[in-house]
Amino acid sequence: MIEEQLLKSEEKAVFALRSLYRKYGYLPYKMSKFEEYELYIRNKDFLVSDRIITFNDTNGKLMALKPDVTLSIIKNSEDKKGVKQKVFYNENVYRVSKSTKNYKEIMQAGLECIGDIDLYDIFEAVTLAVKSLSLISDDFVLEISHLGILSAILDEVCKDELFQSQALEFISQKNTHDLSRLCEKFEISAQKTADLVEFVSTYGKRDEVIKKLKNIYKGESLEELETLSNMLNSSEFSEKIIFDFSVVNDMSYYNGIVFKGFLSEICEGVLSGGQYDNLMQKMDRKSGAVGFALYLDLLEQLSKPKKVFDVDVLLIYGENDDKQKVAQKVNEFVNKGLSVSAQKCVPEKLRFKQKVEFLEGKNNA
Amino acid sequence: MLNVALPKGRLGEKVYAMFEAAGYPCPSIKENTRKLIFENEEKQVRYFWVKPSDVSIYVERGAADIGVAGKDILLEYEPDVYELLDLNLGKCRMAVAAPKDFYDDGEKTLKVATKFTNIAANYYNSIGRDIDIIKLNGSIEIAPILSLSDVIVDIVETGTTLKENDLEVKTEILPISARLIANKSSFKFKGKLIESVLKSIEKQVKKDD
Repeated sequence: MIEEQLLKSEEKAVFALRSLYRKYGYLPYKMSKFEEYELYIRNKDFLVSDRIITFNDTNGKLMALKPDVTLSIIKNSEDKKGVKQKVFYNENVYRVSKSTKNYKEIMQAGLECIGDIDLYDIFEAVTLAVKSLSLISDDFVLEISHLGILSAILDEVCKDELFQSQALEFISQKNTHDLSRLCEKFEISAQKTADLVEFVSTYGKRDEVIKKLKNIYKGESLEELETLSNMLNSSEFSEKIIFDFSVVNDMSYYNGIVFKGFLSEICEGVLSGGQYDNLMQKMDRKSGAVGFALYLDLLEQLSKPKKVFDVDVLLIYGENDDKQKVAQKVNEFVNKGLSVSAQKCVPEKLRFKQKVEFLEGKNNA
Repeated sequence: MLNVALPKGRLGEKVYAMFEAAGYPCPSIKENTRKLIFENEEKQVRYFWVKPSDVSIYVERGAADIGVAGKDILLEYEPDVYELLDLNLGKCRMAVAAPKDFYDDGEKTLKVATKFTNIAANYYNSIGRDIDIIKLNGSIEIAPILSLSDVIVDIVETGTTLKENDLEVKTEILPISARLIANKSSFKFKGKLIESVLKSIEKQVKKDD
């Protein structure tokens, strides 16, 4: 039996998530901490940072400490029509931290569904993402975007590569003022500019977003988004799932539905995922894939009730006391459900609720 | 409670006036004290004064829900935040300046002195010019005079400082103004509040135009 209060937020999450993913038929995926460096260099844009810890293996091969899990899972996946592989993982990855610019060990949990996927699998991934967040905190939001809609709308406005890359950046910042200026620079018509600004400013409740979006865009992708939205209506967390097209994952890897999860107590997104058929194609796979990752190291920021004491009882015994009786006394406290620290003198930094002097035989309290 | 990071100085005071007009006053802020944090419990808003270049850090890390920062800072540090509104305040330009008689013939690596290493590097990268960046923290204008650098990349407001040091603007890189930024996570949970502040300030900005 594990006492729940002893677990840190991220440890608790690991147990809860494992049981959740198992219920939906996802199997644990265990991998080595190392991977051949070549795998990453071929797909370095997919990684958050291209800085990777490398070393030479005993046979001279250049190896890397894993900066990412998804690539390894794809590499080892089957590529057959009709086959779907559902796995979950809980691994440490090694990346450069954005704030300190040093390497950091990051605990990641997540799942991938690889193979002949359809809308059901996407729905399942989104649902599990929502359930994962709900297991960690009551106050969360999952925002969903559809890159198919985004790229169709951008293509309609202007196909220039420079325009698109800058526009994407502004869209991810919800920066409509610079987006309008960019359109002006590329001599885009007032109507198209207005549509694009409207698209970026459309976010929030799912049905409202879909209604507004229908004025700007019609196409398969919107139908897919609407179907997904309707499927999510039955979720107990339906209110917490919103649409927001500022979720812009790299389009050379992701396509279709992408999503990001936030907890109110944490200043950045804790969950990120989506459909990544494009990455699969780059790795010579014919099938598609959807998945997400949770950044468990961020859960450290979740506030826990402050501990006032390190132990309930500080038991002070003397040099000549019978050790067996000391042991008995310690067990007495432990059996009462109290934590005990047996010491010969009062430690400087230990905070205790109650001090008990062990006086052999005389103290039977 | 909405936490707002304001840049210390004249710009910050103007911005505070906009928040006040938007219906989020905090009278104690006008008292002449050394305090840095001011709270209006009733209106559920808390302001704090921070160094202008630190505003984006407070917002990115969620210590502030929203804040006001210059576009120069946003381009230099590239914080992961929403940039919601151009306040049209604190307008100036990011520019390349050099002594009047300087001409870049492209024959050797250009020595560039600047506070804004990221902006300078991105600009010269975009035009394919090889440069040597010299990071300085102040008095940038004297670098070319002492031959520490060939040119400088800096903010130009009126151009007086440049003129007094016999420098002139050679190329304008981009216009700069103050922007309202928001933490991405806060925006999900305090979205309504942030949007109502945003709308009111947007109206004031449009009126000023």
